[in-house]
Amino acid sequence: MSKKENTTSQLTLTWRRLRRNKMAVVGLIIIAFIILVAIFAPYVAPHDPLKQDFRMLRKSISAQHWFGTDQLGRDILSRIICGAGITLKIAFSAVLIGFAIGTIIGLIGGYYGNKIDLAILYVTDILLAFPGILLALAVVAILGPSVIGVVVAAGFSSIPQFIRMTRSVVLSEKQKDYVMAARATGENNISIMLRYILPNCLAPLMVLFSLRLAVVVLIAAGLSFLGLGVQPPSPEWGAMLNEGRAYLQTAPLISIFPGLAIMILVLAFNLLGDGLRDALDPRMKR
Amino acid sequence: MISYVIRRLLMVIPILLGITLVSFMILQLVPGDPAQIILGLEAEPEQLDALRQKLGLDKPVLVQYAVFLKNTLKGDLGESIRTRNDVVAEIWPRFLNTLRLTVTSILLATIIGLIVGCIAAMRQNTKVDYIVMAGVLLGISTPTFWSGLLIILVFSVNLGWFPAGGATGFASLVLPAVTLAAPAAAMTARMARSSLLEVFRQDYIRTARAKGQKESKVIYKHALRNALIPTLTVVGLQFGYLMGGAVLVETIFTWPGLGRLLVDAIFNRDYPVVQGGIMIFAFSFVIVNLIVDILYAYLDPRISYE
Repeated sequence: MSKKENTTSQLTLTWRRLRRNKMAVVGLIIIAFIILVAIFAPYVAPHDPLKQDFRMLRKSISAQHWFGTDQLGRDILSRIICGAGITLKIAFSAVLIGFAIGTIIGLIGGYYGNKIDLAILYVTDILLAFPGILLALAVVAILGPSVIGVVVAAGFSSIPQFIRMTRSVVLSEKQKDYVMAARATGENNISIMLRYILPNCLAPLMVLFSLRLAVVVLIAAGLSFLGLGVQPPSPEWGAMLNEGRAYLQTAPLISIFPGLAIMILVLAFNLLGDGLRDALDPRMKR
Repeated sequence: MISYVIRRLLMVIPILLGITLVSFMILQLVPGDPAQIILGLEAEPEQLDALRQKLGLDKPVLVQYAVFLKNTLKGDLGESIRTRNDVVAEIWPRFLNTLRLTVTSILLATIIGLIVGCIAAMRQNTKVDYIVMAGVLLGISTPTFWSGLLIILVFSVNLGWFPAGGATGFASLVLPAVTLAAPAAAMTARMARSSLLEVFRQDYIRTARAKGQKESKVIYKHALRNALIPTLTVVGLQFGYLMGGAVLVETIFTWPGLGRLLVDAIFNRDYPVVQGGIMIFAFSFVIVNLIVDILYAYLDPRISYE
């Protein structure tokens, strides 16, 4: 990575390596497919996701209802299609919150060092002491169960990860000649941070972004599954799983399909994240 | 070594203090009047005043935190708003149940993860390796609140081998522990595999092979020991994620643990229980990592104790 490259060529290089990674391409295709489904949900969904039909309760797979119907006679396939948008919106906005706040704090800490950095490191260590869904639960305890609550909770739990990653890259970048040169030409600190250092942090941050999307989908769906997130009748996948749980013995399909959808999306983000990491790390095989 | 342990212990203190501050803030950051939210809109002003006084909300924030910290140090986390029980008394048996679940899971995950990871590393770039890596990805990507339901469906509803929920002896521990262990086993396998592959590239392994050492001995005596060390740190981190995951798994299997208590307390807006529960989770995570770090230094003489 020490070769002299500007950001665009580094990005093209990454893209070229990524394209050769079959797993990452599969991940990208799945993500693109789910995004398309989410955008065109109203046209693709065969039925109204909220329309109840009491003559069609908990039916199995049929030509009319490919994934069967749920406990209120709603079409499960249509609900999953319409839930894709909810899940994607929550996931992307949550990780964006984590990315924006975490990166700024990490930049400041890594760049200025000294006491500011120590304080930031301390706060990060404390936040990381609340692993996984626990930090999100603390936020939900404050804000109460709602869509906004889930977004803030899942986003908040990504902040320490972004701070750590940005900070560590900044610490190594700021030693380099181009930063010295920028300083010598009289650039101010903010400009050096944003225009010089930040672009060089983007590659590892992209990997983290993708992997965090996977985690955040699990956290958000988990919160909704617990009843602390998106509320029914909204066709959010975690909430659907929770509703279907009561009918596990008689109509397992109600729980199986939304769970499968969550798993596929998370898998796709993980594939992409791993692929990006391999593409960016020249020490890896291939 | 001893000075390292002491220094490491001292480093934990500010983190524990920070955890108490975060837990304290939960009640402070609730939008609006917490007393009103807890008691509802139809509460009488006297009731509200009484509750505010009980929660200490009528005092300045700094005083409130000082009191909170003092009580926490004394082991007093207040009184549950719903049950009026002492929070510590409420949390403790639940916490032990969560520990039973997470400790079983971490043992399962570590044993399975290490074995599978080693097998994959020894057969790098073969079919076995690819199957293991695919399994790892699936393990990491599958939500436990879904795999748990499938496991109930197969092993409890259809086969009837294990109870679907509750805490009735060892049999009831099996399914939740397996569910919770799966993603952790996947992550451990991945870590074990990559650290073994890293070790395989080292000169001392080549030397061992060059001197005609048997392959099994190279692996067990030279490679495995060194690969275990980075894997161990991951196990410490895993413990935290298992405790987070326990919140979901306990709900699926109606396991009476701290996670379930915490979720119920959030529903009931029982803030003292929420604060106490989150604090205990974070405390135990920090303490487990402290133990792991000390073990790590003990096992790896290369670590300097400065």
